[in-house]
Parts: sequence; structure tokens; C-alpha cells
Amino acid sequence: MTDAPSVKAEPAFHQQTWDLSYKHALGKTIGGFLNGLKEKKILGRRCPKCERTLVPARSFCDRCHVETAEWVEVAHAGEMTMATTIMEPFKNLPKPPYAVAYALLDGADTAMVGFVKGLDLSDPRKAAEAMKPGKRLTVKFKDQPEGEVTDYWFEMAP
Amino acid sequence: MRNVGIIGFGQSNFCKSRHDVTFAELVREGAQLALDDAGLSMSEIDAITFPLAPDALIGVGNGERWCIDALGAQGKPFMRINTGGATGLTAVQAGYMHVASGLFDIVLVPGADRVSESGAAQSVLNKMWDVGLERPYPLNTINMLALSAIRYNHLYGSDERDMARVVVKNREHASLNPHAHLRTPITEEEVLNSRMLAYPIKLGDACPSSVGAAAMVLASEDAIKRLGKPAAWVRGIGQSTETFWMGDRVGPKAIADHGDADALRDAFDRAYAQAGIDDAPAQIDVAEIYAPFSSVEFHVIEAARLCGRGESPKRLLDGEFKLGSKGAVVNPSGGVLCTNPIAVTGLVRAGEAALQVLGRAGERQVAGAKVGIASAIGGDHQFYATMVVANHLERIAA
Repeated sequence: MTDAPSVKAEPAFHQQTWDLSYKHALGKTIGGFLNGLKEKKILGRRCPKCERTLVPARSFCDRCHVETAEWVEVAHAGEMTMATTIMEPFKNLPKPPYAVAYALLDGADTAMVGFVKGLDLSDPRKAAEAMKPGKRLTVKFKDQPEGEVTDYWFEMAP
Repeated sequence: MRNVGIIGFGQSNFCKSRHDVTFAELVREGAQLALDDAGLSMSEIDAITFPLAPDALIGVGNGERWCIDALGAQGKPFMRINTGGATGLTAVQAGYMHVASGLFDIVLVPGADRVSESGAAQSVLNKMWDVGLERPYPLNTINMLALSAIRYNHLYGSDERDMARVVVKNREHASLNPHAHLRTPITEEEVLNSRMLAYPIKLGDACPSSVGAAAMVLASEDAIKRLGKPAAWVRGIGQSTETFWMGDRVGPKAIADHGDADALRDAFDRAYAQAGIDDAPAQIDVAEIYAPFSSVEFHVIEAARLCGRGESPKRLLDGEFKLGSKGAVVNPSGGVLCTNPIAVTGLVRAGEAALQVLGRAGERQVAGAKVGIASAIGGDHQFYATMVVANHLERIAA
């Protein structure tokens, strides 16, 4: 019989990084929407029952449980519904400040996400005034869109 | 359906990090507290419902597996529940259904969280959004709720100072709760001057990432009589869901506004119908509601029908919802704003409501509380869970 071993029972750690890569299939409807962006078109799909135009385009209507029936191009202008300026850095997300908003484009029945550019974001309270719900805005595109949802952004109307 | 009561509840003293235990050991700690509270051992538990939110938050693939041994649960029915932030309360609801159905007599709902091990929670939560259409934007729960606050303030004319008052109230309450994570009282000015995260949400308006465990024991009326235990009776439960798309919650064709919580109102109405609550402000003494950011508390109070739409900021200004005030006291524990261990946050809401109606809430006790409500919210407001508890099985009077 030996003496009980002397043990330093202190917290230990194991450091690990999850580095996972995925190639997500987005389907044909979102494919159609993204291809529309390459031509600087913003496309929705209309529900044959409730006649809502869903933007960005979706293959089915969540309310009527039917497939959407036709492609609809909506305007490059619309109304701000909600916007926030992000001042805080988050791990693996872009460097602040940046403004994220949902805009209801003319001809659409649902709002679409986008960055708001062309505003001074150094004072987020002032920026909030400029981006108040109900204010008019326009959609701008990169010169060479690549079929990505970040091909476009919103700018507040003067 | 059989009557079901809560006969045991335990929770850690929540904090920023715990290095003395593994995740499974932490879950065991909470389970033991609840078993001790109920005066039971694991051998008397018939089944387990286990709350655990996205795996990546704790960096463990199916962490519930790790806990089977720590709980001594080998050979017992075991079910993991994940409805995001609502997980903890949905797991309690699942435990309730296990017992109410007659399939099991005594069910344990144990869980824990340690979100701070990564520090990348908002990057994990960004993965909730549509892979092709929305995830390329840096959406996360903070800016999603900032957008909701923008809508609420736009609809009802409230502002950052109204939001700050919620924090002041909850921190005062948390200072009386030894289990709360943020327990230091704070002033309106301190909230207003705190670091901006995403307008109008500042650091002072935001919940912490909390580490700790909590667990609950639910039992049938027969078992409760046999054991001779006092019980907080579950009088009603409700659930509801909201559209995946935040952009569908604005504009003339929207069914509900992103500034409100109408699906949560539906979930409350379902629980109220079961409990026989038709005049919430007169019948409810205490509300432990899920509001991880100050602005959220307003639309949850209104969804619970404790006042009309847009009225809660004024009611708070007038001194309602605080410990010692007339009417329902909201979050006497300090709420999620002061303690957010994601997987068990909803469970703690039900546990705190149970402690209140049993008169066991210590310094944070609402005097004479008989009827309490609990609620939780998950996803970017997709999943809602509600519960009514009471210290009796009689008709709930005004």
C-alpha cells in the first residue's frame, strides 16, 4: 500500500478551431434571383393565390402553401422599413461601422436586406434619423455584378 | 391530460466562465441541485428532456450524449430539445407533456451552457439566416433585435431612455438575486452612455453570455401526493412560430410587425385559455419573461396582455412592473437581461416563476404571488414558448 499520490488538480484547457467548409446548393429559384442581379435586375416571385410578390424570389408562398407562379421585376426605389448602424466588432463578421437595413422596394410585398451606403455613420443616432422607417431610398449596383446578394446596396434619397 | 407540478428546481450562481468543471460536470451540478430540492435521487426519475441550443455555441457535437453518464441516465428515455433561445422552456414543456400524457410520472429537465468558451456566439448565430440570400450579410441576434427596437420605437414613439429604464429596473431586481450574473445596479445615464453595439442597443441594453446550470423536476399529481411535496402547478402551456423572413414582418401585407411579438401573443393566449386567464393584469402576479435586450421586454409585456400595445414604456415610467408595485411584477429575478445561459435561460424563467408562486424567491419574492407566467423566444423570433404556473389547482381568480 503506497501513499495517495500528490496531485495538482487545477483547471486544464484544450484549444480548438472549427474550420468547416460547405458548398451550399441554393436551388433554381434563388439561382434565378442571383442571375437577375448580374443584369442589375431585382426579381421576385408572385403567389397566384394571395398575389403577394415575394422579394427576394422564393419558390413557394409560405401563407398559401402553393408554388409561386411568375417572375416579377421590382423597382430600384422603395421605402426604408428598418435600419441599424453596427458599431461593435464581432468575430468573423465585417469591421464596423456599417449599416444594415430592410427596404420595401416598389412592386414588392416583402422587404429585402442590404447595406446602406453613402451616409456618415460616425454618429449612429444621426444616421438613424437619416434612415428612419418610411424614408425613400434607391438601389445601387456594382459596375460588374457577380450574382451575389452583396452586388447591390441602398442609398437614401436626397 | 393529467395535472403536472414542478417539485424541484435548482440553478447555479451564473457567471462569465467556469474552469473547474467540464460541460457534462456542469450539467450534473444543476441536476443535483434540482434533485436535492425535490428530495429525490436519479433512480426515481423516469425520463429526461434535455435543452441544448446550437452545438457550435459550446463547440461540442451533440453535447447531450456527454451528459448521459454525468446524469446517471443510462437506460432511461432521453430527448434533446432545441428551439434556439426558447430551448430551456420548450424542454420544460416537453417534460410537462411526458407527464401530462400519462407516459411518465417524474421527469428531470437538466441543462447548462458555457457560451463564453468561444467568444464567437454572434458569428455562430449568423448561421441561422438563409444561406444564399441573407447570411452573406452580418446579421446576428444583436442587430436583428436592434431592427426590432427601431420598429417598436417607430410604431409607439418610445426611445433609448425608455429602454434604459428597463435595465435600471432589472438590475435592481438582479441585485436581490444571488444566482444572477450581472448584479450591480446601474443608472439610466450609465446605460445611455454605454458603448453602442447596434443602434439603439448599447452594451447596457444587452444581456451577458452566462455560464452555469439549471434543472427542474416535474411530476404527476399522483406522484406529488405520494411524495407529499409542495408543487407549482403547470396550469397552461403555449407555443407558436413566426415566419423565417424578417423582411416579411414589415409593410402593408405583413401579418405581424417585427416591432411587435404577435406570435408570442398567440402562444400566451393558448396557455391562458388552458389556465382560465381572461384578465391577465388582474390575474397574474409575476412574469418571468424572456427579454435578452431591454427593448424586447416592452413587446413581450404587451404580448402577455399585461397592458395594451405601445403602453409598456409609459407604464414602466409610472412605476409599474417593479418589485413592490401594484399589478404584475416583471422579471423580479433580473431576467435574461442580467443572466443569459442560452440553453437553460427559458428553464430558469419557469423555475423562477415556480419559486415565486411557492413563496420561495427570497429577497426577490413578490409578496403573496399565486399565479406566474414564463416565456421564451428562439431563433430570430421564430419559436415562442409560454407557461402559466400557480400554487393551486382552483379557478384562477382576479
